[in-house]
Amino acid sequence: MRITVNGVQRSIEVRFGEMLSDLLRERLGLTGTKIGCNEAECGSCTVLVSGEPVLACTYPAGKAVGKEVITIEGLANVESLDQSRKTARQVELHPLQRAFITHGAVQCGFCIPGQIVTAFALLQSNPDPTEDEIKYALKDTLCRCAGYPSIIRAIQSAAKAMQSDAEEISEPEIPGITHDFRVVGTQLIRPDAVEKVTGKALFTDDLKFPEMLHARVKRAGVPHAIVKSVNVEGARSLPGVVAVLTAEDILGEVNHGLVVYDWPTLVGIGERVRYVGDAIALVAAETREIATQAIELIEVDYEAQPVISHPVQSRQPDVPQLHPSGNLLKHIKVRKGDLEIGFQEADLILEHTFHTAITEHAFIEPECSIARPLPDGRMEIYVGSQIPYSDRHQVARTLNWPEERIRIVGQLMGGGFGGKEDIAGQTHAALLALATGKTVKLLFDRHESLLVHPKRHATQIQVKMGAKLDGRLTAVETELYGDTGAYASLGEKVLTRATTHSSGPYEVPHARADCYAMYTNNPPAGAFRGFGVTQSAFAIESMMDMLAEKLGMDPVELRRLNALRVGSETNTGQVLTESVGLLECMQKVEDEMNHLSGGQPFTPKRVEGAPHRVRAWGFAAGYKNTGLGGGAPDKAAAEVELFADGMLEVRTSSAELGQGLVTVLQMIVAEEFNQTPTKVRVVVMDTDLTPDGGPTTASRQTYVTGNAARLAANTLRQAAVTTLAEKFDQPPDKIRFVEGLVQVNGQVVPLGEVVGAMQAEGREPRVLYEYWAPETKPLGQGGDMHFAFSFAAQAAEVEVDTRTGEVSVLRVIAASDAGQVINPLGFQGQVEGGVVMGLGNALTENFIVEQGQVFTDRLARYRMPSIVQTPEIISILASHPTKDGPYGAKGIGELVSIPTTPAITNAIYHAVGVRIDRLPVDQEVIIQHLKGKVKQ
Amino acid sequence: MILWKDYHLAHSIEDALETLWNAPGPARLIAGGTDLLLDLQQGRHPPVHTLVDVSAVPEMTSIELRREKLFIGAAVPLNRVVLSPLVQEHAEALVEAAGLIGGPQVRNTATLGGNVAHALPAGDGTIALLALGAQAEIAGGSGIYRSPLEDLYLGPGRSRLATQEELLVGFYLPIRSKNEGSAFQRIMRPQGVAIAILNLAAWIRRRGDVILDVRLAIGPAGPIPRRSNEAEHVLRGKKMSPEVREKAVGSLLAEASFRTSPHRATAEYRKYMAGVLLENVLETAWQRSAS
Ligand SMILES: Cc1cc2nc3c(=O)[nH]c(=O)nc-3n(C[C@H](O)[C@H](O)[C@H](O)COP(=O)(O)OP(=O)(O)OC[C@H]3O[C@@H](n4cnc5c(N)ncnc54)[C@H](O)[C@@H]3O)c2cc1C
Ligand code: FES
Ligand code: FES
Repeated sequence: MRITVNGVQRSIEVRFGEMLSDLLRERLGLTGTKIGCNEAECGSCTVLVSGEPVLACTYPAGKAVGKEVITIEGLANVESLDQSRKTARQVELHPLQRAFITHGAVQCGFCIPGQIVTAFALLQSNPDPTEDEIKYALKDTLCRCAGYPSIIRAIQSAAKAMQSDAEEISEPEIPGITHDFRVVGTQLIRPDAVEKVTGKALFTDDLKFPEMLHARVKRAGVPHAIVKSVNVEGARSLPGVVAVLTAEDILGEVNHGLVVYDWPTLVGIGERVRYVGDAIALVAAETREIATQAIELIEVDYEAQPVISHPVQSRQPDVPQLHPSGNLLKHIKVRKGDLEIGFQEADLILEHTFHTAITEHAFIEPECSIARPLPDGRMEIYVGSQIPYSDRHQVARTLNWPEERIRIVGQLMGGGFGGKEDIAGQTHAALLALATGKTVKLLFDRHESLLVHPKRHATQIQVKMGAKLDGRLTAVETELYGDTGAYASLGEKVLTRATTHSSGPYEVPHARADCYAMYTNNPPAGAFRGFGVTQSAFAIESMMDMLAEKLGMDPVELRRLNALRVGSETNTGQVLTESVGLLECMQKVEDEMNHLSGGQPFTPKRVEGAPHRVRAWGFAAGYKNTGLGGGAPDKAAAEVELFADGMLEVRTSSAELGQGLVTVLQMIVAEEFNQTPTKVRVVVMDTDLTPDGGPTTASRQTYVTGNAARLAANTLRQAAVTTLAEKFDQPPDKIRFVEGLVQVNGQVVPLGEVVGAMQAEGREPRVLYEYWAPETKPLGQGGDMHFAFSFAAQAAEVEVDTRTGEVSVLRVIAASDAGQVINPLGFQGQVEGGVVMGLGNALTENFIVEQGQVFTDRLARYRMPSIVQTPEIISILASHPTKDGPYGAKGIGELVSIPTTPAITNAIYHAVGVRIDRLPVDQEVIIQHLKGKVKQ
Repeated sequence: MILWKDYHLAHSIEDALETLWNAPGPARLIAGGTDLLLDLQQGRHPPVHTLVDVSAVPEMTSIELRREKLFIGAAVPLNRVVLSPLVQEHAEALVEAAGLIGGPQVRNTATLGGNVAHALPAGDGTIALLALGAQAEIAGGSGIYRSPLEDLYLGPGRSRLATQEELLVGFYLPIRSKNEGSAFQRIMRPQGVAIAILNLAAWIRRRGDVILDVRLAIGPAGPIPRRSNEAEHVLRGKKMSPEVREKAVGSLLAEASFRTSPHRATAEYRKYMAGVLLENVLETAWQRSAS
């Protein structure tokens, strides 16, 4: 068949059942076309056929015969890129590609080829699209990093540039960011942005190795059972199958886990299946199709067990125990003051119970691991993982190898959000590679990704709150049930955070919280942006509004009265001594909200000409610890090296999931050496090349790894200064670093030559620094449980259709205190993405499991917000730098998505008087209330 | 698993039918493939030997006026339906419905023929076509014939078209006179599957403030996409008024059967929404019929 791809006519042999995406990716090597779902839902596979965007994953290759296909690779003429020498502008890029880079629309980058190709088609037919036209065209091209506002700005500025033939793409304005530094706080494009907009960026599934085998995993499909027998004969004898493994074939430890080793790598005969995603057998075959067929030939007999589907049920006395330790993973307690006194002092006591749903990370790139045995007896694992050193440890345990025999080679990650911390396919791929001696790729399809990886904890949260008539809180008591599913994952940590944050960012004299982290037969729950605080913030921020109403107080005023400030003591007994920007966040949001609403933001307003549509604002606050806290040693190592060509390199195993850590590290090292950031290379996520940066979680990278990089750079600079001071016999303070050079009292030394000077003295031009964050105290001991907190306040304006119950969010004002902002474009991406994710948590996202069976087993059944639902986002800074953070920075990643949900549900209440106490918002419930069917 | 072996791009109706009839194994028609390919990929449809692609058949991809009728080829992609000035002029309800199906990429391949043949009780294109009084043109062994759309359905996902024997060529719609108008609306849920909880289309012909004639179609309100004959009857010949609209809602609710579908909607919500949607589309179609 003949087909033209990116202007080149090709004659290609026809293959049975081939989709265009397979043809492009597998046979033509055009891996810029990404597969996020393979079910026509996500848009990341968008290519142009005869000028129109179509989904290559569901477009038969045979249909493209005689047609012209354009992929992301066809939009620009880019070969290889050396980041040190070229910037985006010097390369021939399409204006859209340049604009996506300049506006920070590129985060993890996985969806970006699809976004750009779709936008390209739009601009072909409509050179000057309005915001609504852009939203219409990009409706089904999903971005989970959700920089939708940046995407819109990028497309509009590209359109402008194309119309005026201008070379320049206008720089975005990010208001309010101050910087007293040369590099820190300036707008810098990501080091990996050019690769990402051209489709050259390789993600794990884009890698190919000679004679690579393809793996699939036999999943239990039953939520709770004992395995009686496993018959793999049929699979083994299928031609093309190279290995079939079961639990007996594991040489090392059977169980893995991040904190608790409770998760079997394979469930063996006589053992317990605890959820539908449990692995029973592994297959490696010559092709993925054969492996899939083999999986279906494996026969397993189960003895069904009663299913535990809810954490409350799990705590009942007579239910089956899922783990040797029982069903209770942990009873988490927070105690402050004397609750009895607190409630006695109260003039008013309120009580209410809230429910939050299981939600799914839905990173657009599904999990993929490639294990590659090396001739020297070691093994490499290529994987996009948030914790490379933990992967290494867990793979080593499973193989019964010393850790050094394994190298994790971290790959670009198409989003993580907490969902790529646990083992997914790493150990399975390694076992198969060991058994076959061949490279093995294990790619999850979307279905498997949905079934298997840990989710956000569903919770039931009961709050009892006491207050004086003037609004001062006297006591808060909370009881939480958290569903950690079949395995612990990070359940204990997540639910600890839910518990410690369950009385909100308020000073409460008497507090008590009890959380039961329970095992069930649902998919495991683990880390997810917000780390438990998303759930408890919904409960407590709803309660604050309910209390304000009962007291006849303004909801912002009530919060202000009780807000944490410098000098406050948290409910875990930590006295805050600095860097508490909560009041300022509240004030700024309130001012902006009053300004936008013309006063009276909480009074419902009917839309002119459509009186059944009612609008109002809602307010919420939130806070989130930076770093692990709770007494956990929180350290990160980074190494900085100077090379003879004048380049600097910073290395750490911390993970880049799209959030922009690589930019932050680049900036920090550049700042310390007073160089332009392009002089700094960043190497991350490689256990052979980079020192351990610790887990990429808990909004800790900028602070902890950032400090490691800063101190490594600083130490290296001082060593260089010492060398030069001795060599030139000058006092150290006469030595200054300038662009590419060192000035030594009038003389200049090229930066690269410092290397030789140092080596001549026996000094290495590199420094490894292990940074230990300030010590924290375990929960229950009082004192500093965390070394820093970030604070936020948000207001959301919603519109409720009182005839249908439909809710849309029009505007969100988000004020954040994340200390000094180091990387404004990254910050903007985090704010936009966080708000949109919070909106999804409120309105669209619901991972449904019924009696342990996953209903939400396709992306078509899981809605995440699209560009169409994205509100206008007004981001405001209220930076209160923290003394030990790098340049005063704290965490931002999780913070922004915490207050959004309650701000929206509070707005719904103000609009129509319906109190949402179960997420996600159900339009039917709103209608039932409005029709008077349900009593408030 | 090999989902198909031959992919045949048909160049004419005869070519399509003959390939369908003579295929050495199971053969299926495919237009945009946005339903069929997912069914094949996800195992809801067994693998086939031959896929007969009709999306390039000239007779099936035109939109034109033919003797007092608007002809829309079954294989016209939905984005062309939406942008066609002829469809915009004569079939507003269809423009609204087609513009809501899927996203832009899906609409660049998905077709009306596929939507109708897939026979979902709430296919958006189907519901609009029903209210517009469309006739389907069908080609098969016994030649070409026309059938009113409502006679095409047997049950959920099942149409009267003989599989591997017949195909939909296109749809004939009455052209619009000045005093006629149509409208389509649907209600969705932001969570879960993107299929309408309920959709409803109306077509009205009026004189002054009297409803001379009316067609209403609603889905899902039973196993097949359907007209609402009782409600039409209540409206026909009456003056348009809030009272008559309310009565129409009453009879619509009486004759339709709404189901509770887990994770999508309760029967009760559907019932309530049917009233809201009917009011809305009647109102819009009424206004449009004034121009
Ligand atoms: C992301 C997504 C969103 C969607 N959203 C909606 C929505 O909002 N509303 C909605 O109604 N649908 C929706 N759909 C379903 C689908 O897109 C529509 O039903 C579409 O119109 C089907 O057309 P097609 O050409 O792709 O059909 P195909 O998949 O090609 O065919 C569907 C069936 O019709 C048969 N067929 C096709 N053409 C003919 C013909 N000419 N004669 C006889 N039989 C034929 C095929 O054999 C097959 O059985 C959605 C699908 C996706 C993937
Ligand atoms: S991969 Fe094609 S739409 Fe998701
Ligand atoms: S940048 Fe869009 S999904 Fe990450």
